Amino acid sequence: MRGIETTSSHRALRACAIALAVGGLLAVGGWVLAQDKAAAPPAPAAPAPAVAAPAPPPSKPDPAGTATGGIADVTAKTAGKPTLEEMAEFVGHNRVAINFVWTLVAGFLVMFMQAGFALAETGFTRAKNVGHTMMMNFMVYAIGMTGYWICGFALHMGGLGPISTLGGTNLLDSEFVITLFGKEFGLFGMKGFFLAGSTYDVAVFALFLFQMVFMDTAATIPTGAMAERWKFSSFVVYGFFISMFTYPLFANWVWGGGWLSQLGKNFGLGHGHVDFAGSSVVHMVGGVTALAGAMVLGARIGKYNKDGSANPIPGHNIPMAALGCFILAFGWFGFNPGSTLAGADLRIAVVAVNTMLAGAAGAVAAMFYMWSIYGKPDPSMLINGMLAGLVAITAPCAFVSSFWAFVIGAVAGVLVCWSVFYVERTLKVDDPVGAISVHGTCGAWGVLSVGLFADGTYGDGFNGVEGTVRGLFYGGASQFVAQIIGTLTCFGFIFVASYAFFKAYDLAFGMRVSPEVELEGLDVPEMGGHGYPEIQGPGTLVHGLGGHGGAGKPQPVMAGMMTTERGH
Amino acid sequence: MTKIEAIIKPFKLDEVKEALTAAGVVGMTVSEVRGFGRQKGHTEMYRGGEYTVDFLPKMKVEVVVPDGLVDKVVALIAGAAKTGSIGDGKVFVSRLEDAIRIRTGEHGDNAV
Repeated sequence: MRGIETTSSHRALRACAIALAVGGLLAVGGWVLAQDKAAAPPAPAAPAPAVAAPAPPPSKPDPAGTATGGIADVTAKTAGKPTLEEMAEFVGHNRVAINFVWTLVAGFLVMFMQAGFALAETGFTRAKNVGHTMMMNFMVYAIGMTGYWICGFALHMGGLGPISTLGGTNLLDSEFVITLFGKEFGLFGMKGFFLAGSTYDVAVFALFLFQMVFMDTAATIPTGAMAERWKFSSFVVYGFFISMFTYPLFANWVWGGGWLSQLGKNFGLGHGHVDFAGSSVVHMVGGVTALAGAMVLGARIGKYNKDGSANPIPGHNIPMAALGCFILAFGWFGFNPGSTLAGADLRIAVVAVNTMLAGAAGAVAAMFYMWSIYGKPDPSMLINGMLAGLVAITAPCAFVSSFWAFVIGAVAGVLVCWSVFYVERTLKVDDPVGAISVHGTCGAWGVLSVGLFADGTYGDGFNGVEGTVRGLFYGGASQFVAQIIGTLTCFGFIFVASYAFFKAYDLAFGMRVSPEVELEGLDVPEMGGHGYPEIQGPGTLVHGLGGHGGAGKPQPVMAGMMTTERGH
Repeated sequence: MTKIEAIIKPFKLDEVKEALTAAGVVGMTVSEVRGFGRQKGHTEMYRGGEYTVDFLPKMKVEVVVPDGLVDKVVALIAGAAKTGSIGDGKVFVSRLEDAIRIRTGEHGDNAV
């Protein structure tokens, strides 16, 4: 029970941490309360809807649905006789209501992607670590949300300006800006901490929900690349770090009115850095953070032989990983089409179709690639292939034709295979699930592809620049330049910030579990119990195998169901 | 009294069981086991890398029969478990001292 033993120094550390947390909460609580008082607006007395002369309700059942709903449902002083102004009021309210419902429901779908990540990552890792891997994916949702609510959202969206599709109220109006070369560079927002004060508003809350689940998607990506060797305590601190600082900052630069989105207005570079749903903001941020984290952590024991060659470490449950991929593909229908923040924007049909096509193309391309090069259509690479296509289409989904969507997805499907082998065999970075390649490499490909294939049919006024979004092949060379700047910035900023954070944490506290814990499996020492007690408990063969990577020919590093003699 | 242990391919278990019960064998014990013989495991692929699985999954069938039935049972197992390719398994035959039926305390052939 080495792992869950509590020493006195641990106890002291824990007491300090709790005291710090409580003190911090009390301090900010007071501030939040003060803000709330200052900002509570007098509620305008809403004109009570007149109830005079109600239109007769339908007296018969309406199985066809043609008679239900009509002029009587329009809010008017004289029921059934709305004035033109009342009609306009009603239509406007409905349009915004449709956008609200669309944004929220799409956000709910994106939230479910957490389940997809949890299953995919856990399926790709070993049975002795399931409890630990699953709980990282589970807790990143809760930890990330807490951090994003505290300050992530404010830094990200605090200077957005009016949320045009959700009613256009200008509450998020405070961006920290520096002036260089006579141009303004937005760096981070300053409104919406704790969603308090004047941001206690329906549109801001809807936006918060949608942006929060996007942030959590980015935050959960590195848990896959860093699985099977990462201390849970270190993961918890990371969860706050990415949700409160790195993600919000880069996201502000692209989506919150920050300097990358201003490249068009300021320097005539297309529409600035255009990333419709987050190939760079979400996926590349996650993938690059994963790269930095996996580099600091080092490879799992048994992954590399003395001569540097890599051993496969098979995941314990391919069906689980495939189900996770399907859930992710389903959630992507919220991720991409939802990013219009407008159900009344009918481009959502194009976005949705492009999304599904690119995912399909990615899986098909990966299948043919693996089949032709390695002799079999490797299941785990097919799963990575579909995700690669989906990641790549995330930025261009609204701006390209279905043909280019398919091409973008297919290229990503092959690219992800190359990238997985490059990361494993050349960089010698151990990424159990392929997160660096799926999200980092294909995320970069996705944002760059906007600058190549955007066909000018959509995006009029995007990022405050007149005209539609055009890539290099449609006469928009400067757009491609903006995409390159955005991609390099994403890599540079996220890699440096994340690497510094992980390295500093590792030097100060240590990020990695001990070799004994790693070989035994993280479930008991880190989490207190087996994820699969009935097949992982005492008396199985599991702990005796796996992890040592013998000399000579590659050895399987397996544990779990495959190597377990089941008792009868 | 003789104990016959057969290590067979897992998918051959049903055929072996059918053959033995048809021949009048009234009980058997099976377990999922792993091991290797001259075949020395096999290779599998994962994410573009090949690896060797040393311990292949097999089924172990144990039956205890009166001495007179040994040759017949061994022949039946060997016949039913055979595919003709490597990895078909082995049959081990050993003398058994005694057997006891726990419920009644009977000994020897009567206990089987």
